[in-house]
Amino acid sequence: MHEDNAFKDPGQDYRLFVWRVVAAVLVVMLLSSALAWRYYQLQVVRHHEFATRSDRNRIQLLPVPPTRGLVFDRNGELLAYNRSSFNLMVVREQTRGLEQTLSYLRNIVELSDIDIERFQRQLERRQRPYEAVPLKFNLSEEEQAAIAINEYHLPGVQVVAEPVRHYPYGEMFSHVIGYVGRINDREQAEIDQRAYSGTHVIGKTGVERSYEDDLLGEVGYEAVETNSRGRVMRVLERTDPSPGQNIHLYIDARLQEVAWKALEGWRAGLVAIEIETGGVLAMVSRPGFDPNPFVTGISQSGYQALLDDPDRPLFDRNLFGQYPPGSTIKPIVALAGLERGTMGRNYRVFDPGFYQLPNSSHKYRDWRRTGHGWVDMHKAIVESCDTYFYDIGVRMGIDYMHQFMTPFGLGERTGIDIPGERRGIMPSRDWKTGARGQPWYPGDTVNTSIGQGYMLTTPLQLAVSTARIASKGVILTPRVVQPSDGVPNEPEGRIEARSEHWEWVLAAMEDVAHGERGTARSIGRDAAYRIGAKTGTAQVVGIAQGEKYDASRLAERHRDHALFVGYAPADNPRIAIGLVVENGEGGGSTAAPMARIVMDAFMELYPELDGGELAGEVIKVAGP
Amino acid sequence: MRQQDFQHRLRELGSGLYGRTSTWRRFHIDLPLFLLLVMLAGAGLVVLHSASGGSAYYVQRQLAYWGIGMTIMVVVAQVSPRFLARWALLPYLVGVLLLMGVLVFGVGAKGAQRWLEVGGFRFQPSEILKLAVPLLLASYLGRCALPPRVKHIVVALALVGMPTVLVAMQPDLGTALLIAVAGVFVLLLSGLQKRYLFGAAAAAAVAGPLMWAYGMRDYQKQRVITLFDPYSDRLGAGWNIIQSTTAIGSGGVSGKGWMQGTQSQLDFLPESHTDFIIAVLAEEFGLMGVLALLGLYLLVVIRGLWIAVQAQTMFSRLLAGSLTLTFFIYVFVNMGMVSGVLPVVGVPLPLMSYGGTSIVTLMLGFGILMSIATEKKRGV
Repeated sequence: MHEDNAFKDPGQDYRLFVWRVVAAVLVVMLLSSALAWRYYQLQVVRHHEFATRSDRNRIQLLPVPPTRGLVFDRNGELLAYNRSSFNLMVVREQTRGLEQTLSYLRNIVELSDIDIERFQRQLERRQRPYEAVPLKFNLSEEEQAAIAINEYHLPGVQVVAEPVRHYPYGEMFSHVIGYVGRINDREQAEIDQRAYSGTHVIGKTGVERSYEDDLLGEVGYEAVETNSRGRVMRVLERTDPSPGQNIHLYIDARLQEVAWKALEGWRAGLVAIEIETGGVLAMVSRPGFDPNPFVTGISQSGYQALLDDPDRPLFDRNLFGQYPPGSTIKPIVALAGLERGTMGRNYRVFDPGFYQLPNSSHKYRDWRRTGHGWVDMHKAIVESCDTYFYDIGVRMGIDYMHQFMTPFGLGERTGIDIPGERRGIMPSRDWKTGARGQPWYPGDTVNTSIGQGYMLTTPLQLAVSTARIASKGVILTPRVVQPSDGVPNEPEGRIEARSEHWEWVLAAMEDVAHGERGTARSIGRDAAYRIGAKTGTAQVVGIAQGEKYDASRLAERHRDHALFVGYAPADNPRIAIGLVVENGEGGGSTAAPMARIVMDAFMELYPELDGGELAGEVIKVAGP
Repeated sequence: MRQQDFQHRLRELGSGLYGRTSTWRRFHIDLPLFLLLVMLAGAGLVVLHSASGGSAYYVQRQLAYWGIGMTIMVVVAQVSPRFLARWALLPYLVGVLLLMGVLVFGVGAKGAQRWLEVGGFRFQPSEILKLAVPLLLASYLGRCALPPRVKHIVVALALVGMPTVLVAMQPDLGTALLIAVAGVFVLLLSGLQKRYLFGAAAAAAVAGPLMWAYGMRDYQKQRVITLFDPYSDRLGAGWNIIQSTTAIGSGGVSGKGWMQGTQSQLDFLPESHTDFIIAVLAEEFGLMGVLALLGLYLLVVIRGLWIAVQAQTMFSRLLAGSLTLTFFIYVFVNMGMVSGVLPVVGVPLPLMSYGGTSIVTLMLGFGILMSIATEKKRGV
């Protein structure tokens, strides 16, 4: 057809033009084919690759954190739960300048330098852009309203409801339940990142820490479609998280409260154990602290104040406090002596007020300077005669004492389900060689037989050993949390001793509270039930030979610690108590009355029914 | 053979329509071209609606631009080609002067001075040259005997070279090349001898590396590097190409559906309503949509070249041919750059991308084409 035109037009230049147009058409077709080929390559040949990339672009898996399990006491009383906290969050990319936004916020919300500092730190640690970072927790209603009103001036600022752990009892359970807090760098390195994606807190101390795996729950996921700025446009699919397990303690919150009040004003630790199960009925360490500020991050000044407090509120005396058990250990020493055959029931020692090792002039004094006169085992326990125990201790020897007393939970960790307990010291020749690099001297045995010298125990160990005496040797690991399957703890063994030996020792302990000359007779006199007990006093400072202990001359912090162990009711022991009152001076005068208050409350809350059936047997109530 | 079929059918269609509707000719409207433009306008608005996330704002403004563009086209169509040939120097001189003005008084944007502001109205003088250069060259070469002699070639190259260099200095290499291309097409169509063609190709082969070493700005080099390896700069320059090829590729054969393209709707695709609008079309309408659009463009090109072949004077032939081929080059460069085979040079997709300047300039060119197409009748 070009030829047609060419023939019509005689000009050679026109023919040339037409040929050039034909060439141009060919080039256009060639280039178009190249384009079509390119798009075919992208859209057909490599379609799968790009479709995948497009999906990866838009679909993100967002973790949905599980709700943390609740903590109940044995009767279903709520001790730790999650409540909504309204937090102030900032998305830096959406603000009109961070500085400007922060200074604007300062005018309507109270922001401390700590808040800002923590915010900046978290902003740096943020993993992806457009992630909201908390600036302030727990906004009051006024603050929420103020932010809502000024919303227009505050792009990138949002108020988000987030579940926050709350401990309604505050200080009272501070050391037992512990608290959760923001995951720190060290924890971040150790945890399973997947399980904690979306979760900001982790159990730091107490039950919150030891039962972290149960409480945490299983993280869920949401596949969301996001735009290029990471903003969620819609949810495509969702796997619900499964909430953490609820936990039931053996502790009775009412009993805990009674104990808490009984110890008020003292630095003290009390542990009450249910003898049948090994469950902890009450566990109080005074002074306590409010765990709630730790959840959202305690201020530096608040934390410093707790650290600087000379009463050391953060220190859990029941697990970490190691005290010389003093005379509270005597019933076990006596039992050891009986078992060893060191003495019989009627073996007597004359106490002039001191004891001397053979061929030594050194005088080991009795707490009563005038002495107890002729003393047998029963009287030695009831009146807490030191000289008697010096005598049988030395004759028995440290090796047997160590071997026999260790199973009572002395010098080893009890295995309680709260982290960090100290093991205390039940001294032995090996221990002294290893720890001190010195040989064992006979004088060490003298001191050990009245629970002084190297021997150290925690209040928890006192309670555990008392439970084991009261149950005539049943070894149960103490537990704060009830087993989730409802199967009671099995005894791990039994301390073997002749039945009459148990009876003699227990009878003596009963007379400590009820005997005419018992050191704890003040608490037994008007009790409606029978109590088995032993008091103790632990020296804080050594007293030189020939010097007299004079409380009035000693600084308050140098006064003796008051100790008490006991169980009730004596004829069918159900509760065992270990108690240390720092600088409380008298085991019988200071510590025993406190323990009695707890025992009274227990007997009232769990009265004994006919046939030995317990009224207040562990009741599990599903939580709200 | 395919293009002959197209031409044949178009001619039949064209003559059939003219036979019945002479009114169109009376108003100097080339009906086939007009219908193709309307179809492109419709397709463009549909895709723009999706590309702008369903915003009525862009669609309404683009409609307004189309109104202005169509009006200009109709007005220009009334002007006779002889008149254009006579006054061809004027827009060229005005354009070149304004370009010099831009370099002195221009308004900067993104490190380049391209805009001139007059009474609050901003425009790019380089747009004028896209039409003025082929107009002047066609006028100049149309008067000479073809093929042009060396003297004419030198003058023509000088006329092309001056504005090209001025625009390149702004710097706007993409537009400079397109202006040069428009001029060079006139030269090629005028029957430039083969030896010059091969000579130019050889010169380009030598000049290319030299340009790279001395003549290119860093951002231009970056574009070239990114072209060959977009993943070298994932979040910077490479981002656009990665996202646009992902959009195109994920569209597959039939696309994800109108308004359903995840790349475009979720803002992964940059410039989705302007330079990268073809990626939206490719994602939502698939390869079928792309080929349909390419087909429409080719019909426009065929019709334009047919008008050139049918034109009465050599001036008209050269101008119509050059305008048409330049139009195709815009299409090729844009579709090539979005699909990652050409550098990102900031060329909008003709008649599809959002923007008034582009539409007005293009419609002005189509007005000239229509004027040429209907010249025969006036001559008779």
